[in-house]
Amino acid sequence: MTAPTTAAAGQQPQPQPPLAAGSARGLLDRVLRMRELAILVVLAVMLVATQIDNTSFLSEQGIKDLLLNATILVLVAVGEAVVVITGNVDLSVGSVLGVTAFAAGDLLKHGGNPVLSVALAVVLGAALGAFNGVLVGVGQVPSLVVTLGTLYIIRALDSIWVGSREITASLLPSGYKTFGHDGVSAVPYLALVAAVVLIAVGYFLRDYRSGRECYALGSHAQAAALAGVPVRRRVLAAFVLCGALAGLAGALYLARFSYADAGTGNGYELTVVSAVVVGGVGFTGGSGSVHGAALGALLLTSINSVLPAIGVSSVWVEAIDGILLLLAISVDRVMALRIAGLLRSRARQARTGTNG
Amino acid sequence: MNEPGPDLAVPVLALEGVSKSFGAVRALRSVSLSLYAGEAHALAGENGAGKSTLIKVLAGVHRPDEGAVLLDGSVVEFGGPAAARDAGVAVIYQEPTLFPDLSVAENIFMGRQPRRSFGRVDHRAVREAVAALFRRLGVAMDPERPARGLSIADQQLVEIAKALSFDARVLIMDEPTAALTGSEVARLFAVVRALREQGAAVLFISHRLSEVFELCQRVTTLRDGALVAAEPLAGLTEADLVRRMVGRTLDSLYPKQETEVGAVALDVSRLTREGVFTDVSFQVRSGEIVGLAGLVGAGRSEVARAVFGIDRFDAGQVAVGGRRLRPGSPSLAMAAGLALVPEDRRAQGLIMQMSVERNIGLADLKAATTAGFVSRRTERDRAVDWAAKLQVKYARLSDLVGTLSGGNQQKVVLAKWLATGPRVLIVDEPTRGIDVGTKAEVHRLLSQLAADGVAVLMISSDLPEILGMADRVLVMREGRIAAEISRADATEQTVVAAATGATAGSAR
Ligand SMILES: Nc1ncnc2c1ncn2[C@@H]1O[C@H](COP(=O)(O)OP(=O)(O)OP(=O)(O)O)[C@@H](O)[C@H]1O
Ligand SMILES: [Mg+2]
Repeated sequence: MTAPTTAAAGQQPQPQPPLAAGSARGLLDRVLRMRELAILVVLAVMLVATQIDNTSFLSEQGIKDLLLNATILVLVAVGEAVVVITGNVDLSVGSVLGVTAFAAGDLLKHGGNPVLSVALAVVLGAALGAFNGVLVGVGQVPSLVVTLGTLYIIRALDSIWVGSREITASLLPSGYKTFGHDGVSAVPYLALVAAVVLIAVGYFLRDYRSGRECYALGSHAQAAALAGVPVRRRVLAAFVLCGALAGLAGALYLARFSYADAGTGNGYELTVVSAVVVGGVGFTGGSGSVHGAALGALLLTSINSVLPAIGVSSVWVEAIDGILLLLAISVDRVMALRIAGLLRSRARQARTGTNG
Repeated sequence: MNEPGPDLAVPVLALEGVSKSFGAVRALRSVSLSLYAGEAHALAGENGAGKSTLIKVLAGVHRPDEGAVLLDGSVVEFGGPAAARDAGVAVIYQEPTLFPDLSVAENIFMGRQPRRSFGRVDHRAVREAVAALFRRLGVAMDPERPARGLSIADQQLVEIAKALSFDARVLIMDEPTAALTGSEVARLFAVVRALREQGAAVLFISHRLSEVFELCQRVTTLRDGALVAAEPLAGLTEADLVRRMVGRTLDSLYPKQETEVGAVALDVSRLTREGVFTDVSFQVRSGEIVGLAGLVGAGRSEVARAVFGIDRFDAGQVAVGGRRLRPGSPSLAMAAGLALVPEDRRAQGLIMQMSVERNIGLADLKAATTAGFVSRRTERDRAVDWAAKLQVKYARLSDLVGTLSGGNQQKVVLAKWLATGPRVLIVDEPTRGIDVGTKAEVHRLLSQLAADGVAVLMISSDLPEILGMADRVLVMREGRIAAEISRADATEQTVVAAATGATAGSAR
């Protein structure tokens, strides 16, 4: 029955045993981790150098400030990373953060429950995210266009609603403000919230089918549809998550700074996107991790704190952010080429077996 | 070959009177088809006959305009590919559809990963299942490597592993063997036969008719979207099948002309790329067709890419018409008269979002350019010309290339490069996915080009094509040229022996 009828098939070579599953395991993982490691090293060097220059920099309060500064950006960057992994982008996060911060403040001002006001910010953010998600996922409009539109629309509606009003510290309950400033020794409560979110989202992306499907559809949307991935539903969910996290970040922003007005969060989307890209989340989708994005956020905000501490004018901050961004992209490019080379020689070794 | 009679009771999966149109194109017209457990069914037809469309209807990708899909005798409506898959239908699509950023193992199990407690993906189980699958298929590939950068053949192997990774009741394969050589095909067929004997229904498409006869028991033939015949294969000849497909008989599949062999046009000497190929030297003279054979992964396409300047190389040199080429520059290679029809048309050959017309014109914009402006008129005329020569089937020249059938896309790639009028033409799998009728036409064209003095280097996994067309056969094995065989001495035995490293004696 199995007798091959062609001569070509009659003398197939002995099958080479595939590489043992463990030998080359996790090349992808390793590369990702390398990126995260690199950011950590840069971060450590930077902080230690600053500490040597200015010994009060890494005091308990100093560390707390660093973490507090990073918290908001980490939260938004995690949501953004999920959207970017699906091959989209959400430019409306700054506007969402602004409007949710004010909404939470407005509720608190009228004596609302703090928990309820955080929930309101999250739900409002999720709803705005859903609006983006429906347009992108179901309407098939490119996310860049959709969210550029909603960036302006939400900002405009926010301005009309808020006018020249502002939420100031005196209008907020003191418990809310304490929550925004205090913490467990050097670790602020806000950072704990961000850490929990980060771990949960990272875990979801790595260990759940729907998380893996986000990578799949960012990598090749058409193939994902053929593999039975519910593409529209996943895209919608990514935008909802991103909006909800921007909303949460809005509420925490209010707690941290005790201030919100019509301009809150203006231009924030660019910082967020930089953090995500610096953190190694590929802009074409399908690669990277939320941990990387969080580290990217930590790096950017730390630079913000380091420069004044060593007496560099803060006007340099943006230029340095930009340089980091370009650097990150160049490193990605070089790495991609090197990995391609590595894979080629590996594949050859695998094929020719040990005698190759 | 013992033929398990089909279970006459109920087909596992069937189509009844299915029609499907894309705008003005009627891809399927009232087609019926029945797949029985334990039977391998072939689907034959020219490029654009509607085979892939039929498969996508079965797979839940397309919803039929008319007619119905029947599962175990009752009408079903697959809401999407996932629904068909959950019903036990495994599909290998014509174009590999992998996720470049994800590992091979993840590609295979996407959406179906084994899970442990709390619904978490069991990464370890995924890895082990893939390793076992690869062992069964004899594939030497690291399951943890990313899918990016896999050759077309390796991509097809991953697609095959994907389809075999769950207990399918129906296995549908749209040209799975198009880029594979004999030994991989034999291995695939062995696995498919085992599945069929366990009661799976199989639907198989291939333009290599010998494979159809080797694997299948029944055949359904389509022409222009309509059913021509559905019959047992026993008793049919290849010629019968060709007649049903194209509506006429073919004179010869390999219309090789005797040509005048001239001066050396392409001279490759001691070309080496670390870990990919070593010390590759050969010459192609004008008027000559040189075949480059070898197993998948022997390094044939890699050599072609390096010669053309797409990939760099570590040592050696390439000369065209006696002039040394600067390495790493495809545009200089083109200027020197070199053309490469690449293996992977999706990634390297075509711009899917552009029209047929513009794609054909792309490689030779200069010819249609006056004072810096591209003349759409000239571009169009040339496109019409070449599309007609290669019998490309399209509705309008302005159609996006992405909507053409697989074989017709391949013809557009060929047209694009032939339009440049090269001195040296390297074709990598020139007839991959092309139907027999047009295959003969492409062969005639290559032969004609050689007669006109073009030097042709033809890489092909289709051994009869190499034997039928080449004046000389170079055989690569593990990145080296293992043998050079003259036309007179080239037989299946000698070429396969050289490609696998077996001695010619043991091949008999
Ligand atoms: N998405 C689409 N949009 C428009 N036309 C399409 C689409 N898909 C297929 N067609 C058309 O339908 C017809 C049948 O295509 P199909 O891919 O089924 O052919 P095929 O028999 O598989 O050919 P091949 O052997 O070349 O793969 C072709 O004319 C093709 O151009
Ligand atoms: Mg097809």
